[in-house]
Amino acid sequence: MTSAAAGRARSIRARRLRDAATGWGFIGPATIIVLGLTIFPAIWAFLLSLQKWDGFSAPEWVGGANYAAMVADADLGEAVVHTLLYTAMFVPASVLLGLGLAVALNRRVVLIGVYRTLIFLPFVVSAAATGILTTYLFNPQFGLVNSALRVLGLPQQGWLEDPSQAMLVIAIMSVWGQAALTTVIYLAALQDIPAELAEAAKVDGANRWQTFWRVIFPQLAPVTVFVTIWQSIQAIQLFDVVYTTTRGGPLGATETIVYYLWNAAFRELEFGYASAVAYGLFAVTLVITIVVVVQQRRSAEGVTP
Amino acid sequence: MTALIDRPAAPENSERPETTRTLTVPHRKRRRRSWIHVVLVPVALLFSVPFVQMFLTSLTPESEINTFPPSFIPSRLTLDGYAKLFAESDILLWLGNSIIVSVIGIASHIVLCSLAGYGFARLRFAGRSASFLMIIATIMIPTQLLMVPTYVMFARVGIIDTLGAAIVPWLASVFGIFLMRQFFLSLPAELEEAALLDGCSRFGTFWRIIFPLARPALATLAIFTLLGSWNDLVWPLIAINDPHAFTVQLGITNFQGARRTDWSLLMASNVIATLPLIVFFVFAQRQFIATMTFSGVKG
Repeated sequence: MTSAAAGRARSIRARRLRDAATGWGFIGPATIIVLGLTIFPAIWAFLLSLQKWDGFSAPEWVGGANYAAMVADADLGEAVVHTLLYTAMFVPASVLLGLGLAVALNRRVVLIGVYRTLIFLPFVVSAAATGILTTYLFNPQFGLVNSALRVLGLPQQGWLEDPSQAMLVIAIMSVWGQAALTTVIYLAALQDIPAELAEAAKVDGANRWQTFWRVIFPQLAPVTVFVTIWQSIQAIQLFDVVYTTTRGGPLGATETIVYYLWNAAFRELEFGYASAVAYGLFAVTLVITIVVVVQQRRSAEGVTP
Repeated sequence: MTALIDRPAAPENSERPETTRTLTVPHRKRRRRSWIHVVLVPVALLFSVPFVQMFLTSLTPESEINTFPPSFIPSRLTLDGYAKLFAESDILLWLGNSIIVSVIGIASHIVLCSLAGYGFARLRFAGRSASFLMIIATIMIPTQLLMVPTYVMFARVGIIDTLGAAIVPWLASVFGIFLMRQFFLSLPAELEEAALLDGCSRFGTFWRIIFPLARPALATLAIFTLLGSWNDLVWPLIAINDPHAFTVQLGITNFQGARRTDWSLLMASNVIATLPLIVFFVFAQRQFIATMTFSGVKG
């Protein structure tokens, strides 16, 4: 009896071991790569944020000094303002344009495939290419945009060379590149809304405008929340188009938080301070996401008790 | 999700109640169609202006670009910009580097992420849930946080300034693992049970039965990896300073700094860097849209 039970216990243990070996054989390589390139450096970054280190000399433990320095850093403060300015332009524009384009593209008319292709195509254009295109299109002397203004009899603008307009140009080109994403997401959501809803509203005498804003749009609320969060996170992390157009200029007017972070880390070699800034950014992103999600849950509960 | 394009757009085209305005229905319908074209034509044109400019400028003689007032239709088309680009830069080398990065990334994603996705979807073993939770949690970590330690880590391993630095981050991803797991969860379990009963090993079952069925998900995965690895600029910018290991995006960005006014040359480099993805997009548009939709919906 006992030997049989022991044998069974042993065989169960052997099977568990074999299962674990098989399982880890499947998930092991990808899991090690993903966690090794995220959790491990994330923990390291936190330790770095408590040190002063240039990558060469011996690191010096400074505790919370880097975080304290962030609060007093006027340049970082300006970078935050520039980033918020960009976010305030980019997020509403890309979400509203995505919604509008999705509604416009969600029908069967001739040429719809061509429209879709042309509107989605910018999504595959890299930041490097967008940078070259932007500096050309918005060139104050011979750029297409100023030429169009001249034809219309409007005053010429400095665009990327004007500190008050450079961020606007970057936002416009980012919307050009990213509108496809919000459009596609809204389009998928629109097609999941049962046609009966709109029909019922029509029967009740609602016009198309009312049907859309009172019936269709509320159905899209979760999608709107999602794309708003998603695009906000993208906006807060803006770096590459700034690098390929203005490199933070003119007069630092387009220096964003991540540009500042990159500069601190890889130009000034302030590894510790840059890591602290990165953690600050992470914390803000996390808080925004949680607040919006909780708010949305609450208001959704309010609507459907 | 691939059905996105073909599904009829129901609400707009459904008939109005015939009792009210029988006569005006066909008329309204036609007017409504023309109305949407009035919106879509300018928008589509506006979206394609940068592309037209890019191709035209790359074919314009250098002497015609900086003239005032500018002319947007070149008097003659020339390949001078391309000839100069190939003669005076390492664009072919950079292009080759980018192809290596993307091909290795896609192949590795397909193998490693489908293995992991299957493991997480179908196998039961110690540590599975914990490691899956950890993987999902990493979505919250912004890449900026990882730049410095990853740089130091890669420097210690000795792959900074080599193509390896650009390749390693694209070997596997959370998106890939999650996508494949969702796909394998949607497959009926009976498919593999028969093979397992016949004495086929877990891996044999996966490789012969399950993997071949995963083609649609693998296409999504390949496009996601292609888009990300081909267009990535930030990480190569940090990790690679040696022009021999430049990816094409890094190459043209550096080029832009060095040749500020050589516009036909710059636009030619832009075309070379962008055209592969444009061609892919035009031919595999559905798959691209499915990929974008999934990457949006997963959140």
